[in-house]
Amino acid sequence: MSGILVYSENKSTLLGLLTRGRELAADMGQPLAVALLGAESAAWADECFAHGAALAYVGDDPALEVFQARTYAAALAQILAQAESDIILTGATRRGRELAPRLAQKLAAGCVTDAVNLYLQDGRLVIERRALGGNTVAANVISSPQQVIAVMPKLYEAQPGGDAAGEVVQVALTLEPPATRLVERRPKEGGAANVEEAEVLICVGRGLSEKGDLALINELAEKLGGVVGCTRPLSHEYFWMSEDLMVGLSGKIASPRLYLGIGLSGQIQHTVGIMDSKVIVAINSDKNALIFKTADYGIVGDFKEVVPKLIEQLG
Amino acid sequence: MKQVIDLEQIRIKADTREPVVEGLPVLFGDFEKCALEEAVQIKEKLGGKVTAVAAGSAKLKDTIKQALAIGADEAIILTDPAFQGSDALGSARLLAKVIEKIGEYDLILLGDGSADNYSGEIPPRLAELLDLPQAGSVREMEVLDGQVQVMRDLEDAAEVMQVDLPAVISVTSELNIPRLPPLSAILRAGRKPLHVWGPDDVGVTSSQVGAEAAVVQVLSNLAPLQDRKGIMCEDEAELVQALEQEGVLEK
Repeated sequence: MSGILVYSENKSTLLGLLTRGRELAADMGQPLAVALLGAESAAWADECFAHGAALAYVGDDPALEVFQARTYAAALAQILAQAESDIILTGATRRGRELAPRLAQKLAAGCVTDAVNLYLQDGRLVIERRALGGNTVAANVISSPQQVIAVMPKLYEAQPGGDAAGEVVQVALTLEPPATRLVERRPKEGGAANVEEAEVLICVGRGLSEKGDLALINELAEKLGGVVGCTRPLSHEYFWMSEDLMVGLSGKIASPRLYLGIGLSGQIQHTVGIMDSKVIVAINSDKNALIFKTADYGIVGDFKEVVPKLIEQLG
Repeated sequence: MKQVIDLEQIRIKADTREPVVEGLPVLFGDFEKCALEEAVQIKEKLGGKVTAVAAGSAKLKDTIKQALAIGADEAIILTDPAFQGSDALGSARLLAKVIEKIGEYDLILLGDGSADNYSGEIPPRLAELLDLPQAGSVREMEVLDGQVQVMRDLEDAAEVMQVDLPAVISVTSELNIPRLPPLSAILRAGRKPLHVWGPDDVGVTSSQVGAEAAVVQVLSNLAPLQDRKGIMCEDEAELVQALEQEGVLEK
């Protein structure tokens, strides 16, 4: 068994993983392959070759029409029986977070989800992920013969490379019909603001007491030329903000030069999305709030008092 | 339900970047409490029985009373030292054995991730071991005849799916607001059946669970090296001055 197999249902995540996979495979002197499941993704083969894959295992089956971790894990296991890869990389998208552990269990393998760094050390693949609520970074190695890793989406930027030639291998899959039925899919609307590309990003959380508080935050954002994003409760529980403004795990990953976290506690689910910020500022009334531990600058105080003064100071 | 330490109280040793976790209070994560609350609501509507299964340290004997007070009919806790140090592979094996021993079940509800590491590995692994369909990121659910209808929250879409029972469903905190049990329920909780199962009860060995069986090894677990400055500003003027010096204010 050898080599790396990359799979993701998301094309840009897939090409980013191939880009990193290509470097790792070259360092290990092993092959890089890609798995393409379902009718739509079969057309991605040439782009995958251009990003370093030497082999594309293509499989389709009516059972793959709707993503279901059980069916997709079964399909990947069948591809792996042929590919014999020992490292399987996928994206830590919501679907990927369901798929990776299920596949790992099928292979009696170890798994790490939400990986934020992959590197080789003494011939072993070291996988870093956040741990203890974001307080720490754990460096892991996996000792089972195969290993499955779900990497944070957008961690690696897609860059073409390698010799651009590859071979398509059709795999005949035998899958049971899924025990699930899709009733409805409601696509999410894209908003005007783009938190991923913002140079200045202000994020707000549960510390806001009402939707009206956003007016003050928007005023600050305007002053700074920034975008307002939020933690999960504001978009998913209170519905004050659109879901595509949610920053963090399973939301958007941002890398602004200036980030301000206002009225949010700083749980891992949010802070993984802001780790690459150049400067992090926190405003919170609780001096023990977790966010201060990941901040460059902090002010302890009620945002209703701090933000107007800040706007004034900014002139 | 996984018992975790109170993450808000973790301190980091300045010299070694090691987290200090000894002696911290323990609790259940929000996602897991939502999973339990949903189970209790389903029972209140449709009947049935709710069994809470929890793993953790010896302190779990106290922590579990919270689950019983919220409305679980009985609890099985896994506190044996032989289980400590399990990775997700081992923990899933352990839970699968426990569920097989419980025997009859319609729905296995879990949180989408634990509060400490949020790896989200247990629900899919458990579903695989029990050969069941699964749905994660569930923020709305309704039990219908022989199936459960869920709304899954994905990056690009919300998906409404019907999943045949039995199934493994993992939920997010939008699903419900876990009740704060009244004093009477807390008092009653102490009289509900509480079972402590060890390796022999469950039928697992050290080659399957525990530190010895783990295939994921943690080389180090330290606060990140690129430490943030952590400067507390007295007032807004000081903050603006600092940001000007950082050169992050130009538009």
